[in-house]
Amino acid sequence: MRSINSSVVKKLLPRLKSHAFLLALAMLSAVVSISLTLLIPVLVGNAIDNIIGEGQVYFEAVTQIIIYIAAAIVGVTTCQWLMNYLVNLISFRIVRDMRRDVFRKFNTVPLSAIDTNPHGDLISRVINDVDAVGDGLTQIILQLFSGVVTIVGTLGFMIAIDWRIAVAVFLLTPLSLFLAAFIGKLTHRRFTEQQILQGEISSFVEEHVGNQQLVKAFSYEPRAFKGFDKLNGELQTVGFKAQFAGALANPSTRFVNALVYAAVAVFGAITVISGGLSIGGLSCFLTYANQYTKPFNEVTGVLTQLNTGIAAAERVFEVLEWADETPDKSKTPVNNCKGRVTIEDVSFSYVPEKPLIKHFSLEVPSGCHVAIVGPTGCGKTTLINLLMRFYEVNEGRILLDGTDIRDLSRDGLRRCYGMVLQDSWLFSGTIMENLRYGNETATDEEVIAAAKSAHAHSFIKRMPDGYNTEISEGGGNLSQGQKQLLCIARAMLTDPSVLILDEATSSIDTLTEIRVQKAFAKMMKGRTSFVVAHRLSTIKESDIILVMKDGNIIEQGSHEELLKKRGFYHTLYHSQFEKQ
Amino acid sequence: MFKLRRFLKGYMKEVIIGPLCKLFEAILELFVPLVMANIIDVGINELHSAGYVLRMGGALVLLAATGLTSALFCQYFASKASQGAGTEIRRELFVHINYLSHAELDKLGTPSLITRITNDTNQVQQSIAMCIRLLTRAPFIIIGSLIMAMSINQNMALIFFGASLLIALTLYFVMSRSVPLYAAVQKKLDKIGLISRENLSGNRVIRAFSKQKTESERVDEATEDLTRTSVRVSMLSALLSPVTYLVTDCAIIAIVWFGAINVNAGGMKTGDIVALVSYMTQILLAMVVVANLVILMTKSGASAKRINEVFETEPSVREEYYDYMPLHPSADTPKIEFKNVSFNYSSNGDDELSDISFTVKRGQTVGIIGGTGSGKSTLISLIPRFYDATQGSVLVDGYDVRRYCFRQLREQMGIVPQQSVLFSGTIRDNMKWRNNQSTDKDIISALKIAQAYDFVSALPKSLDSRVEQGGKNFSGGQRQRLCIARAIVAQPEILILDDSFSALDFATDAALRKALAENAKDTTVIIVTQRASTIKNADLILVLSDGRLAGQGSHDGLFESCEVYRDICLSQLSESEVAK
Repeated sequence: MRSINSSVVKKLLPRLKSHAFLLALAMLSAVVSISLTLLIPVLVGNAIDNIIGEGQVYFEAVTQIIIYIAAAIVGVTTCQWLMNYLVNLISFRIVRDMRRDVFRKFNTVPLSAIDTNPHGDLISRVINDVDAVGDGLTQIILQLFSGVVTIVGTLGFMIAIDWRIAVAVFLLTPLSLFLAAFIGKLTHRRFTEQQILQGEISSFVEEHVGNQQLVKAFSYEPRAFKGFDKLNGELQTVGFKAQFAGALANPSTRFVNALVYAAVAVFGAITVISGGLSIGGLSCFLTYANQYTKPFNEVTGVLTQLNTGIAAAERVFEVLEWADETPDKSKTPVNNCKGRVTIEDVSFSYVPEKPLIKHFSLEVPSGCHVAIVGPTGCGKTTLINLLMRFYEVNEGRILLDGTDIRDLSRDGLRRCYGMVLQDSWLFSGTIMENLRYGNETATDEEVIAAAKSAHAHSFIKRMPDGYNTEISEGGGNLSQGQKQLLCIARAMLTDPSVLILDEATSSIDTLTEIRVQKAFAKMMKGRTSFVVAHRLSTIKESDIILVMKDGNIIEQGSHEELLKKRGFYHTLYHSQFEKQ
Repeated sequence: MFKLRRFLKGYMKEVIIGPLCKLFEAILELFVPLVMANIIDVGINELHSAGYVLRMGGALVLLAATGLTSALFCQYFASKASQGAGTEIRRELFVHINYLSHAELDKLGTPSLITRITNDTNQVQQSIAMCIRLLTRAPFIIIGSLIMAMSINQNMALIFFGASLLIALTLYFVMSRSVPLYAAVQKKLDKIGLISRENLSGNRVIRAFSKQKTESERVDEATEDLTRTSVRVSMLSALLSPVTYLVTDCAIIAIVWFGAINVNAGGMKTGDIVALVSYMTQILLAMVVVANLVILMTKSGASAKRINEVFETEPSVREEYYDYMPLHPSADTPKIEFKNVSFNYSSNGDDELSDISFTVKRGQTVGIIGGTGSGKSTLISLIPRFYDATQGSVLVDGYDVRRYCFRQLREQMGIVPQQSVLFSGTIRDNMKWRNNQSTDKDIISALKIAQAYDFVSALPKSLDSRVEQGGKNFSGGQRQRLCIARAIVAQPEILILDDSFSALDFATDAALRKALAENAKDTTVIIVTQRASTIKNADLILVLSDGRLAGQGSHDGLFESCEVYRDICLSQLSESEVAK
């Protein structure tokens, strides 16, 4: 626990350092405001010493002191505001930079990191965790600054007034610290337990409410209630313990404070009687005793926030420490790409234990149409991942126009490709912005021409604002087929030399399906293409058909050749139409 | 907030005793300055007696100890009441959500329901505890201090009233300005979440188009915007404490000045000034507590509103009969019958389904085909009563589905939804969803029919293998097959497959249908699909187009007579395949 904490602190320090000037300013404001805050009781005490009794008030002195107090108040107010403001400013800037860093990481890590981590969790790191770090930072800086200055300051003042009582106070403090630490430890474990149970309840609800239809269909409600009650009951027990334990901290530390206060009152009063201290001195000593213990109280108050902040920081840094993709060997763009793709003895697997593609070679001349077929999960998308260099081959090499793609820049390589994936992705923005995504300089006319040849123009025109219609997140206001037509138009605008198309499966209606097919056909003309096919009827015209099964290319050839072979392709082709 | 008070009913004892304990503690606290004034005025100034001072010191310790005890009691009652109420709110929410039908759940949304059960309930729970602990104490201390001040000197108390009013005004000013800004901050945070989600789901496209820089610029802008607003909020909220201190310190100056005049005139003692100053300090601290309480209450008020919104949502599909009814279907009673069924989701929208009539005999296989949005899924969700028909009636075994209790109606159905979702647990747990008593033999035979036994038995732990939430550790095709198996374990009389073969390759699809036909002869099977080949041989084919029945009959008949059906077939099968 301690070692993790300190490593998180070590990682946060450089981020704090870049705001050193503001931090120093905040520290200065803290010193000024707190010293003045501490000075005020002294002044009030002095004033009181000048108010002795009936007819014995020295108004001149009192007036003088009140003016000092007023000046101190102005100073305190300004500096306190400045400190709060600066500390907030610093932590908001750190939060902003951390968010940006995590976000940039998403686009620089190997794609496998994005594929294998749940997106909800990653988003939660960008949003919730970074926020928690910010909250924790603000609290710790504020508490640290004001706490340290207050403790040192009050001790100093107390020693100046009467060192003996100061020593007594100083000796009583460890009690408060010990108590706070003990309760903190007690609570931490309970809070962790509570956090875990709450997570379990969340996922239970997510599963059962998110799939209500299943729960209803299977009349599973009674069992769902039972499951929920079990977790909920556990949460109640643990929650009660956590809350009660946590709630112990404040009364207990306040009790210690009250003891310190009583001790000061008694020692002080006795010292006054024996003539070693003035009544005013005692009054401000009492105030100091109160002030002195406050930071200890407040630290116990923000303990939960600190713990959450540290846990959150760990999660954020975990992402930030992911290794980036290997840097590009060259930055030169690829000119006049012909679209000749050579795959030489390529082997690849996502995890070493499960080899996928083994020693695969293929020569695809410029303008050749390649279709990839096979059962689900056979690795069709893996080939695309390798061609686009989303993943790197383990062995062998892939060449584009005779150059190893690892010797090209990723940007350059990918600019040669046009890609339309099955789960068509659009971002929130207008249709026009989405179509221009790959080619910002395209004119309106060019965009419309591309939309027309992708058979998208007619439905876009029917949208409420035509090309300026806003697409909601994920394209919710468009049908699956319409989204794919937009993706086709978007790819067409970049005028790629090689096309990668992932055919849509079931979720497209027939009319749009026919349009998509036509658009695909038009786009493929004269370009090298790789088509992942789900319907065998659409790929008969391909020059090469690759039949994949369990990650391997088990057959390759033209439609007729493959049928003649009477192999897997033959079975696959005929199974489509088998009698029930 | 008040609407939720019924959840506190079982905790009346805690709710009353808790604040009383706190009140008692507060009363004790008010005595502390009085004791102190006595130490100064009597112990030091009059008696010069160390013994008296010590006795008073003892009184202080006694006050503190009694205070601690009653504070602990209060914390105990507060924890008990709030955790108990929270647990009951969670439970009732979960149960209520389970009674809601699909239409309401769609409207509320699962993620939002999860937040309501977890975060919102926590927020309310926390505020209950805070109220018990602080709601009585802070106002009491403020009022008590005012009264004590008045009892010392009525004119001086005017200063207190003025200061309290000023602090309250400051609180109001800062809060009323910053609350709307908090909402703006939340909105800007949502925007960053949106961009992150887009970047994760569209990561391939972004890399393919080399748009990392543009995306980074987008997030830079969004984070900058958020930072600006956050800093504006913090400038405001950073005002709160300095201004409160400013007002209090000014009041203290006034107390000293007017106190000095009073003492000089013989109307007051020096100790009174000391006591007044410490009452002022107590008011200040209480005011800060009130401020925090107000913030918390605004937050939890919003949460309570969201919780009540769920409770106020009434299920649109209600169970009207709770008992099983005796069924004596004769051989020619149709298993399922739709009589002029129309349906729409909202009363003013277009009909999703209009005037649909058909009958299905026991043991028949029905295929439902049609484009996206043609109403296929809506149609089948009327059979288990996920929705109620707006017009007409749906009959199962000759009785209107509304005449059944949910359990009897749904028990006879096996449903495989479009999204193949499994629940966390083991494979065996998932297979026992319909019937807890299902034996391994039942399960294995279901797995075999669903073509899932091969891969399940190949897993090291076979039926005891872990299933992660949603079934993420299985491929799409495997998941789909497991979902089919889950539906047929309990040998349903009606099996509904909603586009459940989409992730299966044609070979598995065909094998599965064959096994189903062989093993479940008496089962009425309803298959929704986009693939003509899947349902070509069904006993009855329903062709849906825009919510209307465009045709019903056998493949050959429909191919002749129904244009929509012919178009679908021709787009997917070649002429020769159609005729096969």
